[in-house]
Amino acid sequence: MSARRVVVTGMGALTPLGLSVDAFWEAALNGTSGAAPIESFDAEKLRTTFACELPDFDAEDYLDAKSARRMDPFCQYALVAADEAVRHAGFDSDEMPQDLKDRIGVIYGSGIGGMQTFYEQTDYFINSGETRVSPFFIPMLIPDIASGQIAIQHGFRGPNHAVVSACATGNHNISDAFRLIKDGTIDGAVCGGTDACVTKLGIAGFASMRALSTRNDDPAHASRPFDKHRDGFVMGEGAGALFLESLEHAQARGATIHAEVLGTGMSADAHHLTAPDPEGGGVKLALNRALETAGMNPEDIDYINAHGTSTPLGDAAETSAIKQVFGDHAYDLNVSSTKSMTGHLLGAAGAIEAIACIQAMKHNVVPPTINFEEADPDCDLNYTFNEPQERELNVVLNNAFGFGGHNTSLVLGAFEG
Amino acid sequence: MATDIESAVKNIIVEKLGVDESDVTTDASFTNDLGADSLDTVELIMEFEKEFDLTISDEDAENIATVGDAVDYLSEKAA
Repeated sequence: MSARRVVVTGMGALTPLGLSVDAFWEAALNGTSGAAPIESFDAEKLRTTFACELPDFDAEDYLDAKSARRMDPFCQYALVAADEAVRHAGFDSDEMPQDLKDRIGVIYGSGIGGMQTFYEQTDYFINSGETRVSPFFIPMLIPDIASGQIAIQHGFRGPNHAVVSACATGNHNISDAFRLIKDGTIDGAVCGGTDACVTKLGIAGFASMRALSTRNDDPAHASRPFDKHRDGFVMGEGAGALFLESLEHAQARGATIHAEVLGTGMSADAHHLTAPDPEGGGVKLALNRALETAGMNPEDIDYINAHGTSTPLGDAAETSAIKQVFGDHAYDLNVSSTKSMTGHLLGAAGAIEAIACIQAMKHNVVPPTINFEEADPDCDLNYTFNEPQERELNVVLNNAFGFGGHNTSLVLGAFEG
Repeated sequence: MATDIESAVKNIIVEKLGVDESDVTTDASFTNDLGADSLDTVELIMEFEKEFDLTISDEDAENIATVGDAVDYLSEKAA
Protein backbone atom coordinates (compact mmCIF):
# COMPACT_ATOMS: atom_id res chain seq x y z
CA MET A 1 0.00 0.00 0.00
CA SER A 2 1.34 3.47 -0.82
CA ALA A 3 2.25 5.78 2.03
CA ARG A 4 -0.77 7.46 3.56
CA ARG A 5 -1.05 10.82 5.28
CA VAL A 6 -1.51 10.68 9.05
CA VAL A 7 -3.52 13.22 11.03
CA VAL A 8 -4.29 13.99 14.67
CA THR A 9 -7.99 13.78 15.49
CA GLY A 10 -7.89 13.54 19.29
CA MET A 11 -5.80 14.72 22.25
CA GLY A 12 -5.77 13.98 25.97
CA ALA A 13 -3.58 15.51 28.67
CA LEU A 14 -3.17 15.01 32.39
CA THR A 15 -0.58 17.53 33.56
CA PRO A 16 0.60 19.46 36.61
CA LEU A 17 -0.97 22.53 34.97
CA GLY A 18 -4.41 20.95 34.62
CA LEU A 19 -6.20 17.66 34.09
CA SER A 20 -7.35 18.18 30.48
CA VAL A 21 -5.99 19.58 27.22
CA ASP A 22 -7.94 22.81 27.66
CA ALA A 23 -6.84 23.35 31.26
CA PHE A 24 -3.22 22.58 30.36
CA TRP A 25 -3.18 24.96 27.40
CA GLU A 26 -4.84 27.85 29.22
CA ALA A 27 -2.34 27.60 32.08
CA ALA A 28 0.59 27.31 29.65
CA LEU A 29 -0.38 30.51 27.84
CA ASN A 30 -0.66 32.24 31.20
CA GLY A 31 2.90 31.23 32.06
CA THR A 32 1.86 29.22 35.12
CA SER A 33 4.41 27.21 37.08
CA GLY A 34 3.26 23.78 38.24
CA ALA A 35 6.06 23.43 40.79
CA ALA A 36 5.53 23.40 44.55
CA PRO A 37 6.79 21.60 47.65
CA ILE A 38 5.93 17.89 47.40
CA GLU A 39 2.64 17.08 49.12
CA SER A 40 2.21 13.36 48.45
CA PHE A 41 4.98 12.23 50.80
CA ASP A 42 7.46 13.63 53.30
CA ALA A 43 10.37 14.87 51.18
CA GLU A 44 12.16 16.77 53.92
CA LYS A 45 15.29 14.62 53.91
CA LEU A 46 15.73 14.51 50.14
CA ARG A 47 18.15 16.75 48.24
CA THR A 48 15.19 18.08 46.26
CA THR A 49 11.94 18.68 48.10
CA PHE A 50 9.66 19.98 45.34
CA ALA A 51 8.14 18.80 42.08
CA CYS A 52 5.27 19.36 39.65
CA GLU A 53 2.52 17.10 40.99
CA LEU A 54 -0.93 16.65 39.48
CA PRO A 55 -3.39 19.02 41.15
CA ASP A 56 -6.27 17.26 42.92
CA PHE A 57 -6.10 14.01 40.98
CA ASP A 58 -8.26 11.20 42.37
CA ALA A 59 -8.20 8.03 40.26
CA GLU A 60 -11.67 7.11 41.51
CA ASP A 61 -13.09 10.15 39.72
CA TYR A 62 -12.31 8.22 36.52
CA LEU A 63 -12.04 4.52 37.39
CA ASP A 64 -13.93 2.17 39.69
CA ALA A 65 -12.16 1.50 42.98
CA LYS A 66 -11.19 -2.05 42.16
CA SER A 67 -9.67 -1.18 38.77
CA ALA A 68 -7.82 1.80 40.25
CA ARG A 69 -6.34 -0.35 43.02
CA ARG A 70 -4.90 -2.77 40.45
CA MET A 71 -2.96 -0.02 38.67
CA ASP A 72 0.11 1.95 39.54
CA PRO A 73 -0.53 5.70 39.15
CA PHE A 74 1.42 5.76 35.85
CA CYS A 75 -1.19 3.43 34.39
CA GLN A 76 -4.13 5.32 35.88
CA TYR A 77 -2.82 8.51 34.28
CA ALA A 78 -2.47 6.78 30.91
CA LEU A 79 -6.06 5.53 30.95
CA VAL A 80 -7.42 8.98 31.78
CA ALA A 81 -5.43 10.74 29.04
CA ALA A 82 -6.23 8.04 26.48
CA ASP A 83 -9.92 8.23 27.27
CA GLU A 84 -9.92 11.99 26.72
CA ALA A 85 -8.14 11.52 23.37
CA VAL A 86 -10.59 8.85 22.20
CA ARG A 87 -13.61 10.98 23.16
CA HIS A 88 -12.00 14.08 21.65
CA ALA A 89 -11.64 12.16 18.39
CA GLY A 90 -15.41 11.73 18.47
CA PHE A 91 -15.45 8.05 19.38
CA ASP A 92 -17.44 6.20 21.98
CA SER A 93 -15.68 2.85 22.10
CA ASP A 94 -18.86 1.14 23.40
CA GLU A 95 -20.57 2.06 20.13
CA MET A 96 -17.74 1.23 17.72
CA PRO A 97 -18.03 -1.96 15.63
CA GLN A 98 -15.37 -4.57 16.48
CA ASP A 99 -13.99 -4.71 12.93
CA LEU A 100 -13.16 -1.01 13.24
CA LYS A 101 -11.62 -1.50 16.68
CA ASP A 102 -9.53 -4.37 15.31
CA ARG A 103 -7.73 -1.85 13.06
CA ILE A 104 -6.92 0.57 15.88
CA GLY A 105 -3.63 0.07 17.71
CA VAL A 106 -2.35 1.28 21.04
CA ILE A 107 1.29 2.34 20.98
CA TYR A 108 1.83 3.79 24.40
CA GLY A 109 4.81 3.76 26.74
CA SER A 110 6.27 4.81 30.04
CA GLY A 111 9.87 5.75 30.70
CA ILE A 112 9.97 4.16 34.14
CA GLY A 113 6.85 2.06 34.83
CA GLY A 114 5.48 1.33 38.30
CA MET A 115 8.14 2.94 40.50
CA GLN A 116 5.89 3.30 43.56
CA THR A 117 4.59 -0.26 43.16
CA PHE A 118 8.14 -1.54 42.97
CA TYR A 119 9.05 0.37 46.14
CA GLU A 120 6.04 -0.85 48.14
CA GLN A 121 6.31 -4.48 47.08
CA THR A 122 10.06 -4.60 47.67
CA ASP A 123 9.46 -3.27 51.15
CA TYR A 124 6.81 -5.94 51.65
CA PHE A 125 9.10 -8.64 50.29
CA ILE A 126 11.92 -7.70 52.64
CA ASN A 127 9.90 -6.99 55.76
CA SER A 128 6.91 -9.34 55.53
CA GLY A 129 8.34 -12.34 53.75
CA GLU A 130 9.06 -13.77 50.35
CA THR A 131 5.58 -15.26 49.91
CA ARG A 132 3.76 -11.99 50.66
CA VAL A 133 4.36 -10.21 47.35
CA SER A 134 1.09 -9.17 45.69
CA PRO A 135 -0.07 -11.17 42.66
CA PHE A 136 -0.62 -7.76 41.07
CA PHE A 137 2.99 -6.69 41.61
CA ILE A 138 4.28 -7.64 38.15
CA PRO A 139 1.25 -6.49 36.11
CA MET A 140 1.31 -3.17 38.00
CA LEU A 141 5.06 -2.72 37.50
CA ILE A 142 5.69 -3.40 33.82
CA PRO A 143 5.81 -0.26 31.62
CA ASP A 144 3.80 -1.91 28.81
CA ILE A 145 0.76 -2.51 31.02
CA ALA A 146 -0.61 0.94 30.15
CA SER A 147 -0.95 0.05 26.46
CA GLY A 148 -2.54 -3.24 27.50
CA GLN A 149 -5.02 -1.57 29.85
CA ILE A 150 -5.99 1.06 27.27
CA ALA A 151 -6.76 -1.73 24.80
CA ILE A 152 -8.78 -3.63 27.40
CA GLN A 153 -10.80 -0.53 28.27
CA HIS A 154 -11.66 0.31 24.66
CA GLY A 155 -11.47 -3.06 22.90
CA PHE A 156 -8.81 -1.89 20.44
CA ARG A 157 -7.19 -5.02 18.97
CA GLY A 158 -4.62 -3.55 16.57
CA PRO A 159 -0.88 -3.73 17.28
CA ASN A 160 -0.17 -3.06 20.93
CA HIS A 161 3.22 -2.26 22.40
CA ALA A 162 5.21 0.21 24.44
CA VAL A 163 8.46 1.79 23.39
CA VAL A 164 10.58 2.51 26.46
CA SER A 165 13.24 5.18 25.89
CA ALA A 166 13.30 7.26 29.08
CA CYS A 167 12.38 10.87 28.31
CA ALA A 168 12.07 10.20 24.55
CA THR A 169 9.30 7.66 25.19
CA GLY A 170 6.35 9.89 24.24
CA ASN A 171 7.83 10.87 20.90
CA HIS A 172 8.97 7.33 20.09
CA ASN A 173 5.49 5.91 20.64
CA ILE A 174 3.90 8.63 18.50
CA SER A 175 6.53 7.87 15.84
CA ASP A 176 5.76 4.15 15.82
CA ALA A 177 2.01 4.77 15.60
CA PHE A 178 2.60 7.26 12.77
CA ARG A 179 4.59 4.70 10.79
CA LEU A 180 2.09 1.88 11.33
CA ILE A 181 -0.72 4.08 10.02
CA LYS A 182 1.37 5.53 7.22
CA ASP A 183 2.25 2.09 5.86
CA GLY A 184 -1.34 0.88 6.05
CA THR A 185 -0.96 -1.66 8.88
CA ILE A 186 -3.71 0.07 10.86
CA ASP A 187 -6.20 2.90 10.36
CA GLY A 188 -5.82 4.57 13.74
CA ALA A 189 -3.98 4.46 17.05
CA VAL A 190 -3.91 5.80 20.55
CA CYS A 191 -0.31 6.79 21.25
CA GLY A 192 1.76 8.73 23.75
CA GLY A 193 3.39 8.28 27.11
CA THR A 194 2.96 8.45 30.85
CA ASP A 195 5.02 8.53 34.05
CA ALA A 196 4.43 8.82 37.77
CA CYS A 197 7.85 9.33 39.24
CA VAL A 198 7.12 11.89 41.94
CA THR A 199 7.78 9.20 44.55
CA LYS A 200 10.29 9.16 47.36
CA LEU A 201 12.53 6.63 45.60
CA GLY A 202 12.13 8.35 42.24
CA ILE A 203 13.11 11.78 43.51
CA ALA A 204 15.96 10.27 45.55
CA GLY A 205 17.31 8.49 42.48
CA PHE A 206 17.21 11.43 40.09
CA ALA A 207 18.53 13.72 42.84
CA SER A 208 21.52 11.42 43.39
CA MET A 209 22.43 11.86 39.73
CA ARG A 210 22.44 15.62 40.35
CA ALA A 211 19.86 15.83 37.56
CA LEU A 212 17.29 17.75 39.63
CA SER A 213 17.18 21.42 40.56
CA THR A 214 17.81 22.01 44.26
CA ARG A 215 16.20 25.45 44.35
CA ASN A 216 14.16 24.21 47.32
CA ASP A 217 13.43 27.69 48.66
CA ASP A 218 11.83 28.84 45.39
CA PRO A 219 10.22 25.93 43.48
CA ALA A 220 8.15 28.09 41.10
CA HIS A 221 11.31 29.60 39.61
CA ALA A 222 13.40 26.42 39.56
CA SER A 223 12.59 25.18 36.05
CA ARG A 224 14.30 27.85 33.93
CA PRO A 225 15.43 26.33 30.64
CA PHE A 226 18.12 28.31 28.78
CA ASP A 227 18.53 30.79 31.67
CA LYS A 228 22.08 31.28 32.92
CA HIS A 229 21.23 30.10 36.44
CA ARG A 230 19.44 26.85 35.56
CA ASP A 231 20.55 24.04 37.87
CA GLY A 232 18.67 20.92 36.81
CA PHE A 233 15.21 19.74 35.90
CA VAL A 234 12.06 19.69 38.01
CA MET A 235 10.28 16.34 38.18
CA GLY A 236 6.75 16.31 36.83
CA GLU A 237 4.13 13.60 36.44
CA GLY A 238 1.21 12.90 34.17
CA ALA A 239 0.28 11.52 30.77
CA GLY A 240 -0.38 12.63 27.23
CA ALA A 241 -2.25 10.84 24.45
CA LEU A 242 -2.92 11.48 20.79
CA PHE A 243 -5.44 9.76 18.58
CA LEU A 244 -3.87 9.40 15.13
CA GLU A 245 -5.72 8.31 11.99
CA SER A 246 -5.05 7.97 8.32
CA LEU A 247 -6.29 11.05 6.53
CA GLU A 248 -8.73 9.04 4.44
CA HIS A 249 -10.18 7.35 7.52
CA ALA A 250 -10.62 10.67 9.32
CA GLN A 251 -12.20 12.34 6.31
CA ALA A 252 -14.53 9.41 5.60
CA ARG A 253 -16.11 9.81 9.03
CA GLY A 254 -16.03 13.62 8.95
CA ALA A 255 -13.68 13.93 11.90
CA THR A 256 -12.22 17.26 13.01
CA ILE A 257 -8.54 17.30 12.05
CA HIS A 258 -6.27 19.16 14.47
CA ALA A 259 -2.90 18.69 12.78
CA GLU A 260 -0.88 16.42 10.51
CA VAL A 261 2.09 14.29 11.50
CA LEU A 262 4.63 14.97 8.78
CA GLY A 263 7.75 13.10 9.79
CA THR A 264 9.92 11.68 12.49
CA GLY A 265 13.66 11.54 13.04
CA MET A 266 15.35 9.16 15.46
CA SER A 267 18.98 8.62 16.40
CA ALA A 268 21.39 7.75 19.20
CA ASP A 269 24.14 9.82 20.76
CA ALA A 270 26.33 6.72 21.24
CA HIS A 271 28.19 8.87 23.73
CA HIS A 272 27.35 8.49 27.45
CA LEU A 273 24.79 6.95 29.84
CA THR A 274 23.16 10.23 30.78
CA ALA A 275 25.21 13.21 29.57
CA PRO A 276 24.34 14.64 26.16
CA ASP A 277 26.95 14.74 23.41
CA PRO A 278 28.21 18.34 23.80
CA GLU A 279 28.66 18.57 20.03
CA GLY A 280 25.00 17.60 19.59
CA GLY A 281 25.95 15.00 16.99
CA GLY A 282 23.09 12.60 17.64
CA VAL A 283 20.51 15.37 17.99
CA LYS A 284 21.68 16.83 14.68
CA LEU A 285 21.07 13.47 13.00
CA ALA A 286 17.57 13.24 14.48
CA LEU A 287 16.70 16.77 13.34
CA ASN A 288 17.98 16.18 9.81
CA ARG A 289 16.17 12.84 9.55
CA ALA A 290 12.95 14.45 10.79
CA LEU A 291 13.17 17.16 8.12
CA GLU A 292 14.01 14.58 5.47
CA THR A 293 11.08 12.25 6.23
CA ALA A 294 8.74 15.25 6.34
CA GLY A 295 10.09 16.58 3.03
CA MET A 296 10.84 19.93 4.65
CA ASN A 297 13.71 22.38 4.47
CA PRO A 298 15.08 23.95 7.66
CA GLU A 299 13.50 27.29 6.63
CA ASP A 300 10.03 25.68 6.72
CA ILE A 301 10.12 25.21 10.51
CA ASP A 302 8.40 28.01 12.45
CA TYR A 303 8.73 26.74 16.01
CA ILE A 304 10.65 24.12 17.97
CA ASN A 305 9.24 22.84 21.24
CA ALA A 306 12.64 22.06 22.75
CA HIS A 307 13.48 19.17 24.99
CA GLY A 308 14.90 22.01 27.16
CA THR A 309 14.87 20.35 30.57
CA SER A 310 16.72 23.18 32.38
CA THR A 311 19.94 21.21 32.90
CA PRO A 312 23.20 23.12 32.31
CA LEU A 313 24.59 20.69 29.72
CA GLY A 314 21.39 19.61 27.97
CA ASP A 315 20.06 23.04 27.04
CA ALA A 316 23.42 24.15 25.65
CA ALA A 317 23.88 20.96 23.61
CA GLU A 318 20.37 21.21 22.15
CA THR A 319 20.97 24.84 21.24
CA SER A 320 24.20 23.89 19.51
CA ALA A 321 22.49 21.15 17.49
CA ILE A 322 19.67 23.49 16.43
CA LYS A 323 22.20 26.08 15.23
CA GLN A 324 24.17 23.47 13.27
CA VAL A 325 21.06 22.21 11.46
CA PHE A 326 19.15 25.45 10.95
CA GLY A 327 21.99 27.91 10.33
CA ASP A 328 20.80 31.52 10.21
CA HIS A 329 17.18 30.37 10.34
CA ALA A 330 17.87 29.15 13.91
CA TYR A 331 17.57 32.81 14.97
CA ASP A 332 14.35 33.39 13.02
CA LEU A 333 12.32 30.52 14.36
CA ASN A 334 10.80 30.45 17.83
CA VAL A 335 12.04 27.96 20.40
CA SER A 336 10.40 27.35 23.76
CA SER A 337 10.39 24.83 26.58
CA THR A 338 7.02 24.20 28.18
CA LYS A 339 8.94 22.21 30.81
CA SER A 340 9.56 25.60 32.41
CA MET A 341 5.91 25.31 33.49
CA THR A 342 5.03 21.60 33.58
CA GLY A 343 8.33 20.29 34.88
CA HIS A 344 9.76 17.25 33.19
CA LEU A 345 7.13 14.53 32.70
CA LEU A 346 9.75 11.96 31.60
CA GLY A 347 7.95 9.41 29.38
CA ALA A 348 4.94 11.70 29.04
CA ALA A 349 7.00 14.74 28.02
CA GLY A 350 7.07 14.09 24.26
CA ALA A 351 3.32 13.50 24.16
CA ILE A 352 2.41 16.56 26.25
CA GLU A 353 4.74 18.71 24.18
CA ALA A 354 3.32 17.37 20.91
CA ILE A 355 -0.04 18.58 22.22
CA ALA A 356 1.52 21.96 23.03
CA CYS A 357 2.79 22.10 19.43
CA ILE A 358 -0.63 21.26 17.98
CA GLN A 359 -2.40 23.81 20.20
CA ALA A 360 0.23 26.39 19.24
CA MET A 361 -0.51 25.85 15.53
CA LYS A 362 -4.27 25.89 16.05
CA HIS A 363 -4.08 29.23 17.85
CA ASN A 364 -1.00 30.66 16.11
CA VAL A 365 0.71 31.44 19.38
CA VAL A 366 3.97 30.11 20.82
CA PRO A 367 3.78 29.11 24.50
CA PRO A 368 6.52 30.76 26.60
CA THR A 369 9.65 29.59 28.38
CA ILE A 370 9.06 31.12 31.79
CA ASN A 371 11.50 32.10 34.55
CA PHE A 372 14.08 33.79 32.33
CA GLU A 373 16.24 36.31 34.17
CA GLU A 374 19.76 36.32 32.77
CA ALA A 375 21.13 35.33 29.37
CA ASP A 376 23.55 32.44 28.95
CA PRO A 377 26.04 33.12 26.13
CA ASP A 378 25.74 29.45 25.09
CA CYS A 379 21.98 29.83 24.67
CA ASP A 380 21.40 32.70 22.24
CA LEU A 381 18.25 31.75 20.28
CA ASN A 382 14.76 33.22 20.50
CA TYR A 383 13.38 31.09 23.34
CA THR A 384 10.08 32.98 23.67
CA PHE A 385 11.04 34.04 27.19
CA ASN A 386 8.38 34.80 29.78
CA GLU A 387 5.51 35.79 27.43
CA PRO A 388 3.72 33.86 24.69
CA GLN A 389 4.32 35.18 21.19
CA GLU A 390 1.75 35.37 18.41
CA ARG A 391 3.07 33.99 15.15
CA GLU A 392 1.64 32.17 12.16
CA LEU A 393 2.66 28.56 12.69
CA ASN A 394 2.48 26.07 9.84
CA VAL A 395 5.21 23.53 10.53
CA VAL A 396 6.69 22.85 13.95
CA LEU A 397 9.11 20.43 15.49
CA ASN A 398 8.99 18.60 18.81
CA ASN A 399 12.24 17.38 20.40
CA ALA A 400 12.53 14.71 23.06
CA PHE A 401 15.75 13.07 24.23
CA GLY A 402 16.28 10.35 26.80
CA PHE A 403 18.91 8.92 29.13
CA GLY A 404 20.73 6.31 27.11
CA GLY A 405 21.26 8.83 24.33
CA HIS A 406 17.89 8.32 22.59
CA ASN A 407 17.00 11.29 20.34
CA THR A 408 13.65 11.91 18.67
CA SER A 409 12.32 14.80 16.68
CA LEU A 410 8.77 14.91 15.40
CA VAL A 411 7.53 17.20 12.62
CA LEU A 412 3.93 18.35 12.92
CA GLY A 413 2.04 20.53 10.49
CA ALA A 414 -1.13 22.60 10.48
CA PHE A 415 -3.58 20.56 8.44
CA GLU A 416 -4.17 21.72 4.93
CA GLY A 417 -6.54 19.56 2.90
CA MET B 1 -15.88 -16.87 67.23
CA ALA B 2 -17.43 -18.07 63.99
CA THR B 3 -19.18 -14.74 63.59
CA ASP B 4 -15.94 -12.83 64.07
CA ILE B 5 -14.25 -14.96 61.43
CA GLU B 6 -17.21 -14.60 59.09
CA SER B 7 -17.26 -10.83 59.36
CA ALA B 8 -13.48 -10.58 58.92
CA VAL B 9 -13.67 -12.77 55.80
CA LYS B 10 -16.50 -10.69 54.39
CA ASN B 11 -14.66 -7.43 55.05
CA ILE B 12 -11.64 -8.68 53.15
CA ILE B 13 -13.79 -9.78 50.21
CA VAL B 14 -15.68 -6.48 50.08
CA GLU B 15 -12.43 -4.51 50.14
CA LYS B 16 -10.42 -6.59 47.72
CA LEU B 17 -13.11 -7.38 45.16
CA GLY B 18 -14.90 -4.06 45.40
CA VAL B 19 -18.32 -5.70 45.81
CA ASP B 20 -21.36 -4.81 47.92
CA GLU B 21 -21.54 -6.49 51.29
CA SER B 22 -25.04 -7.73 50.45
CA ASP B 23 -23.62 -9.81 47.58
CA VAL B 24 -21.16 -11.59 49.87
CA THR B 25 -23.48 -14.48 50.82
CA THR B 26 -22.35 -17.86 52.11
CA ASP B 27 -22.97 -19.57 48.77
CA ALA B 28 -21.40 -16.82 46.64
CA SER B 29 -18.56 -18.09 44.43
CA PHE B 30 -15.54 -15.79 44.16
CA THR B 31 -15.18 -16.30 40.43
CA ASN B 32 -18.77 -16.94 39.27
CA ASP B 33 -20.66 -14.50 41.48
CA LEU B 34 -18.20 -11.90 42.76
CA GLY B 35 -16.19 -11.20 39.60
CA ALA B 36 -12.82 -12.43 40.86
CA ASP B 37 -10.18 -13.45 38.33
CA SER B 38 -7.22 -15.75 38.96
CA LEU B 39 -5.08 -12.95 40.41
CA ASP B 40 -7.88 -11.78 42.70
CA THR B 41 -8.29 -15.26 44.16
CA VAL B 42 -4.56 -15.48 44.88
CA GLU B 43 -4.75 -12.10 46.58
CA LEU B 44 -7.75 -13.16 48.67
CA ILE B 45 -5.96 -16.27 49.91
CA MET B 46 -2.94 -14.16 50.84
CA GLU B 47 -5.12 -11.69 52.72
CA PHE B 48 -6.72 -14.56 54.66
CA GLU B 49 -3.25 -15.83 55.53
CA LYS B 50 -2.25 -12.41 56.76
CA GLU B 51 -5.43 -11.73 58.71
CA PHE B 52 -5.46 -15.10 60.46
CA ASP B 53 -1.69 -15.57 60.65
CA LEU B 54 -1.56 -18.96 58.99
CA THR B 55 -0.37 -20.59 55.78
CA ILE B 56 -2.84 -21.99 53.28
CA SER B 57 -1.34 -24.62 50.96
CA ASP B 58 -2.07 -24.44 47.23
CA GLU B 59 -4.02 -27.72 47.53
CA ASP B 60 -6.24 -26.29 50.26
CA ALA B 61 -6.62 -23.01 48.37
CA GLU B 62 -8.01 -24.82 45.34
CA ASN B 63 -10.93 -26.04 47.47
CA ILE B 64 -11.83 -22.55 48.70
CA ALA B 65 -14.21 -21.38 46.02
CA THR B 66 -17.03 -19.73 47.94
CA VAL B 67 -17.45 -17.40 50.90
CA GLY B 68 -18.73 -20.34 52.92
CA ASP B 69 -15.70 -22.47 51.99
CA ALA B 70 -13.40 -19.74 53.28
CA VAL B 71 -15.32 -19.25 56.53
CA ASP B 72 -15.45 -23.02 57.21
CA TYR B 73 -11.77 -23.53 56.42
CA LEU B 74 -10.60 -20.59 58.48
CA SER B 75 -12.92 -21.43 61.41
CA GLU B 76 -11.35 -24.88 61.56
CA LYS B 77 -7.73 -23.77 61.12
CA ALA B 78 -7.87 -20.67 63.27
CA ALA B 79 -9.73 -22.36 66.11
